[in-house]
Amino acid sequence: MISQIFSLAFLAQTIRITVPYSLASLGGVYSERGGVVNIALEGIILNGAFCATVGTYYTGSALFGVACGIAGGLLTALIHAVISIHIKADQIISGIAINLFAVGITKFVLEILFQSSSNSPRIAGLPHIHLGFIENQPDVANLLGNPLVLATIFIVIASHFIIFKTRFGLRLRSVGENPEAADTVGIGVTLYRYYGVLISGALAGLAGAWLAFDQHSFTDGMSAGRGYIALAAMIVGKWNPLGAAAACLLFGFAESLQIQLQGGGLPTQFIQMIPYVATIIALAGFIGKAVAPGADGIPYEKEK
Amino acid sequence: MKNGILVALTVVLMTGTALLFESCGKSQPSAPPNSEVGLVFDVGGRGDKSFNDQAYRGLQMAKDSLGIKYQYIEPGGGSDRESALRQLASRKSIGLIFGVGFIFTDDITDVAKAFPDKKFACIDYTYDSTKAVPKNLIPIEFRENEGSFLVGAIAGLMTKTDKVGFVGGMESPLIRKFQAGYEAGVKYVNPKCKVLVAYAGVTGEAFKNPAKGKELALSQYSQGADIIYHAAGVTGLGVFEAAREMKKYAIGVDMDQWNEAPGRVLTSMVKKGDVAVYDIIKEWKEGKFDGGTPRVFGLRDNGVDFVYDNNNKPLIPEKVYQRVEQLRKDIIDGKIKVPTQ
Repeated sequence: MISQIFSLAFLAQTIRITVPYSLASLGGVYSERGGVVNIALEGIILNGAFCATVGTYYTGSALFGVACGIAGGLLTALIHAVISIHIKADQIISGIAINLFAVGITKFVLEILFQSSSNSPRIAGLPHIHLGFIENQPDVANLLGNPLVLATIFIVIASHFIIFKTRFGLRLRSVGENPEAADTVGIGVTLYRYYGVLISGALAGLAGAWLAFDQHSFTDGMSAGRGYIALAAMIVGKWNPLGAAAACLLFGFAESLQIQLQGGGLPTQFIQMIPYVATIIALAGFIGKAVAPGADGIPYEKEK
Repeated sequence: MKNGILVALTVVLMTGTALLFESCGKSQPSAPPNSEVGLVFDVGGRGDKSFNDQAYRGLQMAKDSLGIKYQYIEPGGGSDRESALRQLASRKSIGLIFGVGFIFTDDITDVAKAFPDKKFACIDYTYDSTKAVPKNLIPIEFRENEGSFLVGAIAGLMTKTDKVGFVGGMESPLIRKFQAGYEAGVKYVNPKCKVLVAYAGVTGEAFKNPAKGKELALSQYSQGADIIYHAAGVTGLGVFEAAREMKKYAIGVDMDQWNEAPGRVLTSMVKKGDVAVYDIIKEWKEGKFDGGTPRVFGLRDNGVDFVYDNNNKPLIPEKVYQRVEQLRKDIIDGKIKVPTQ
C-alpha cells in the first residue's frame, strides 16, 4: 500500500485532481480580495465546462474550446458581478441562484443541442506535448505534457505576484479591505470589484474546461461540488494564492488517497469520508485563525 | 426603484414558467384515457449510453411496432422521483408507468398503492419477500450476476497480468450483485487472478461522476490490472476514457458500449431492459398485465447476455468464446450456482 502512495501514478492523480481546484480557488481569491464573496464558483465551473465542450464539439479546435470555457465563465461571473456590485444584492443568494441556474441551463441547452439532458457526445482532448520518456505510463506522460498543467502552475505563481507586488493588486486589496478609504484616494471601487469577479470567472471557467477535456465530454452536474471545495481551500489558504493552491494540493492528496485505499479491506463508506474529514480538520485546527478581507461580502454604498 | 425592477422580473419569470406548463398540458388533449405509457428515468438520465438508454429503446420499440405513445420525465434531484411518478400517474391518458432503477423501489410501491387503477412496473426493483407488492405493480429483476459471471470468465481467461478490476457506482446490493458474479467468473476460470474492486460513492450521485470513474480506473490500471469491468452508469464512461489513455481493456455494461472506446471494449454485459420494457407494454396492451410477483430475466430467459459480434470478435480468441459458451450452458442447466453477494 505504501508503494502505491509513493508512485508516479499517485502523484499524477493528485495533480490531476488538484488542477481544477486550484484554478477555481485562485478565482475565489481574486473575487474576495476585491470584496465580493463568490459562492457562484460552482456554477461558473459548470458553465465553463459546458461552453468548452460545445465550442470544441462544433469547431474541433481544443484551443477554441478553452476560449469558450473562459468566455462562459466570464459571462456567468458578469451576472454575479452585476447583481452583487451594481444592484448590491446579497452576494450569497446571488451565488446560490447562479449555481442553480447553471445546473438548469446546461441541461436545457444540452437537450436542445444533443437530445440528451445527461451527456454530450465525445470531444477531442487537449493536444499533449510529446515528452518521449515514461511511455509505459501514458497517464503520467499525458499529464506532464498537458499545457493546462503548466499554465496552472504559472497562474498560481503569477497571481501571488499580481496580488501582492503590483499596483493593480494593491488597489484590488484596498477595495476589499476598506472601500471608503480606497474611494477617498480616487480608486474606482466598482471597477476594481468588477475586475476581481471577472478574473475569478475566467479562472473558474478554465477549471471547467479542464474537467471537460479530462473527461472528453460534458456530463450533467460534472462540477460535482468542486466550487465549494475550492472556496474551502481559499479560506484554508487565508485568501492567499500560494496558500490556496497548497490547500488544494492537500485536498487533491486526500481525494487521491481515498481512491487508492479502495479495495484494501477498509469499508468503502469509511474511505469515502477521507476528503471531507481532511477539510474539517484543516478548517478547524491546523491553520489558525483565518481572517477574511475587511469588506468581504459587503456591498459598497458611496456616501452622498 | 431597484425593488420594482426585481419584482417585475420575478413576475415575468413566473408567468413565463406558468405559460410553459400550460402549453405542455395542452399539447396532448385528445388522447384516450389509459392509452399511453409513462416512464421516469434513473439518476443518469437519458443519454447515459447505458441503463436508461436501454429502457428508452424499449419505449421506442413499443412505439414502432405497437403504435404506443409515451411520455417521460428525467428527474433532476433525488426527491423529484416520487413527484415525477405521481405526475405521470395523475395524467388521464397514461395507463402504465415505468420506474427505471432500484432507487424507485419505495417510491413506486407507495405511488402504486395510491393509484390502484393504474399499472406500474419497476426495473431492478429490490424485491423483499417479506413485503407485499401491490397487484398493479410488476417488479422486474435481472440476474446480473449470471451475465457478470460470463464477462468475468472472459476477463479471467484473457488477462495477461492475472489482475483485473471492477468499478462500481453506488455501493448497494444491486451493484454488489454485478461484482459478486464477476469475481466468481474470474476465479472460476483463473483461481490465482486478483480482482481489484472500487466504488465511486455511497449515494445515487455515484452513478454520474465520470471524472471519479476515470480516476478509479486509472488507479487500477496503474496497479497492474489490464481489464476493468464497470457497473457504474455514467460514471463508467470515465472507465472507457482511462482504457483509451492507458491502452488497456474495459468491459461495458447494460448495453453494447463498444462505441465508447472502439477497440478497447472487450465485450459488454448486456441487460435487456429494452426487452423487459417492451414485453410488459405488449402484455399490458393485450390485457395480460400480471402484477404482484417479480418477473425475473436471467441467462435462461435471454434477459442478460454478453456481446460477441463482428466488432469484438477479433479481440476474443475462439477458444475463450467456446469456453464461455460452455459456462453459459452450465449455468442454465444449474451445474454452476452464481452467487449474488
